[in-house]
Amino acid sequence: MERITIDPITRLEGHGKIDIFLNEEGDVANTYFQIPELRGFERFCVGRPVEEMPVLTNRICGVCPEAHHMAAAKAGDAVYGVEPTSAAKKLRELLYMGFYFTDHTTHFYALGGPDFVMGPDAPVAQRNILGVIHKVGLEIGGKVIQARKYGHTVVEMLGGRKVHPCTSIPGGVTKGLTEAERQEIEKMGRWGIEFAQFSLQLFSDLVMGNPYYVDLILGDIYTHKTHYMGMVDENNHVNFYDGKVSIVDPDGKRLGKYAPADYTDWIAEHVEPWTYLKFPYLKNVGWKGFTDGNDSGVYMATPLSRLNASDGMATPLAQERYEQFYDTLGGKPVHQRLATHWARLVELLYAAERLVELATDEEITSDKLHNVPTQTPTEGVGIVEAPRGTLTHHYWTDERGILTKVNLIVGTTNNYAPITMSIKKAAKSLIKKGTVVNEGLLNMVEMAFRAYDPCFGCATHSLPGQMPLQVTIRNNEGEVMDVLSQYVHPAFLCER
Amino acid sequence: MSEKPKFAMYWAASCGGCEIAVLNIGEKILDVDANFDVAFWPVAMDAKYKDVEEMPDKSILLTLFNGGIRNEENAHMAKLLRQKSQILVSFGSCATEGCVPGLANLSSREEVFAAAYDSITSDTLGIRPQYSYEVPEGTLTLPIFNTIVRTLDQVVDVDYYMPGCPPESHQIGAVIDLVIQVLHGQAELPPKGSVIGAGGSTVCDECGRIRNVKKITKFRRLHEVAEIDPVLCLLEQGILCNGPATRDGCGALCPAVGAPCAGCYGPAQDVVDYGARLMTAVSSVIDSNDPKEIDRILDDIVDPAGTFYRFNLAHSLLHASKTAVS
Repeated sequence: MERITIDPITRLEGHGKIDIFLNEEGDVANTYFQIPELRGFERFCVGRPVEEMPVLTNRICGVCPEAHHMAAAKAGDAVYGVEPTSAAKKLRELLYMGFYFTDHTTHFYALGGPDFVMGPDAPVAQRNILGVIHKVGLEIGGKVIQARKYGHTVVEMLGGRKVHPCTSIPGGVTKGLTEAERQEIEKMGRWGIEFAQFSLQLFSDLVMGNPYYVDLILGDIYTHKTHYMGMVDENNHVNFYDGKVSIVDPDGKRLGKYAPADYTDWIAEHVEPWTYLKFPYLKNVGWKGFTDGNDSGVYMATPLSRLNASDGMATPLAQERYEQFYDTLGGKPVHQRLATHWARLVELLYAAERLVELATDEEITSDKLHNVPTQTPTEGVGIVEAPRGTLTHHYWTDERGILTKVNLIVGTTNNYAPITMSIKKAAKSLIKKGTVVNEGLLNMVEMAFRAYDPCFGCATHSLPGQMPLQVTIRNNEGEVMDVLSQYVHPAFLCER
Repeated sequence: MSEKPKFAMYWAASCGGCEIAVLNIGEKILDVDANFDVAFWPVAMDAKYKDVEEMPDKSILLTLFNGGIRNEENAHMAKLLRQKSQILVSFGSCATEGCVPGLANLSSREEVFAAAYDSITSDTLGIRPQYSYEVPEGTLTLPIFNTIVRTLDQVVDVDYYMPGCPPESHQIGAVIDLVIQVLHGQAELPPKGSVIGAGGSTVCDECGRIRNVKKITKFRRLHEVAEIDPVLCLLEQGILCNGPATRDGCGALCPAVGAPCAGCYGPAQDVVDYGARLMTAVSSVIDSNDPKEIDRILDDIVDPAGTFYRFNLAHSLLHASKTAVS
């Protein structure tokens, strides 16, 4: 059997390894995508006080510490059976909207966007944020930088730090908002709504106005008919901070909604000995391997999934865009992975609108920040939507609130199986009868990857804007024929 | 045009927050670009390990190395970059002290694996990562997960240390300014082994909260405090704050928003063992001479290992538990 390996150049190199095996006819027989690292948070958090988890689990990921901070705080609330004050919940959500605003902006303009703005065939050196700014103009580049800065400012104002916020505790938060701070956030939020609408317009003009891109988005190569997951509020509208997790099947039919505490009724994880990461799937549907369809428990959890799993958006402008999204793409659910970029912008608009809603809420400057827990702590689950997927923290404690067990299902981990499938599909489309289109393979794999935004937030800040991944092509003797190099950092695949 | 000196930055076992902190220095990143040839920086550029291996020894002027040494790949990269770099900086808490993931040094490798792979959601129990595994189509390999987390200077010789989880962007900016001045002959490098990008005192000294040398009779956990006094020292409110043992340089960000210092900037100047220093500081505020009462008060510190060594177990005198190394 011939072995074409998309693989780090050396074994030790590690950061994301893909092996593609060909059959005797020279077609793709199988692919393996390995995550080469583990740190062990589920173990070393045992023995720690549960109120510290928002600060400790931040360190799982420096790109989305806000998501871990929130999931840990909510799990802490649940462990103590304490309801945070109404103001505290709003303050947490406000921080979270600031985070989403920055994160989605970064992804669209620095990572996902360049493929479209510059074109997937543009030289690698141009497919980056600088290339985008060059093409769309410095004024827009300035807006992008401003947007990121505004989101960061909200996070720092409420979370106390630029990276790894520290203000959420069981029952509430330690930091409130002054009227002056509130006004500043409101101003930034209103600007953010304009910016999000501008970004949607840009997408509409540059991408949907271009038949080549429309074909690319709607084409089969980036399509997988899987189940979808996303958190919704009581009206089944997308919610990032709180609610129940909605699951729809590949036909768009809602299989159900689960409260955080019931996640083990819905989710199981498949373990393989050749990778440090597990593959979550829908327990009742079952693990059938890396395959699409109604009978496969593989699901996706991304901006596109959240839209597919919901009935709409909770804010008016985002709702208009939601309807436009499905009208244009032919109804729900949308299976084309590249539409995730568009879905992300709908969410960007929602985040900005929600940010303004919260910043203009009368209660947001309240000093009622914290309800002291009174119950004996036991067990609790906290779920938020991380930008890259549903994030679940499950804690068990002793009667003093000291952790005795921890289970984490982290953002991108949800998408480990679908990403593997996308890689396989891209490989299959480009490797036929032993013929490999090297540069094309890299681009296609990259684009398939990028749609998931596999927590490459860091990479998104990068100047060349490249997808971090290494691709090595080997012949059937195992000799390296060619190397196409990019980098994946395990933390950005939500290794924990 | 003369060739610019080479710059590298690498992440071992880390969260990526150090890279974010560097990228958050804003326009100063352009100063780096103007003064350095970025030779290797996975987050920001395309380069292969092979490229680094082929560089002449000491050909990189400055390498910022973040992340702990958790597996064999991390160790290999530490050695490789030491060999290729004139100046190797241990950047951030993971590389310098082991950070929060260093708390894994209280557990064995099997305990870490069991927690990860035999969890409540796992569909099969007992499966462990295999460093070499035969799939039907061939062999797949994974880097070896070492028994304990090591800091960078436990693996290779380190020139400077830059603490913080992550280092604050203004401190990174200041260090970059200094290095550029050195390049232009306008300043000199500090002595080898120095801590850079931080202060020489403690977080307490840069904290805006008021201290009255008050003694306490009870430690309170943060969520148990109904209203945190906005101006009074947290330790004096009975909230265990790591400020007295922790190096300054962050700007006392956490206490400013009502959260105790977690200790991410590591030991203050000349402190040999962070936990020992913090224990001394904490002991000194206990208002009792009665051994039984002191015991009772100390019982309120529910997680001594995690509290006193939250960020620096791997670099402490304790380093690891017997369980971990057995």
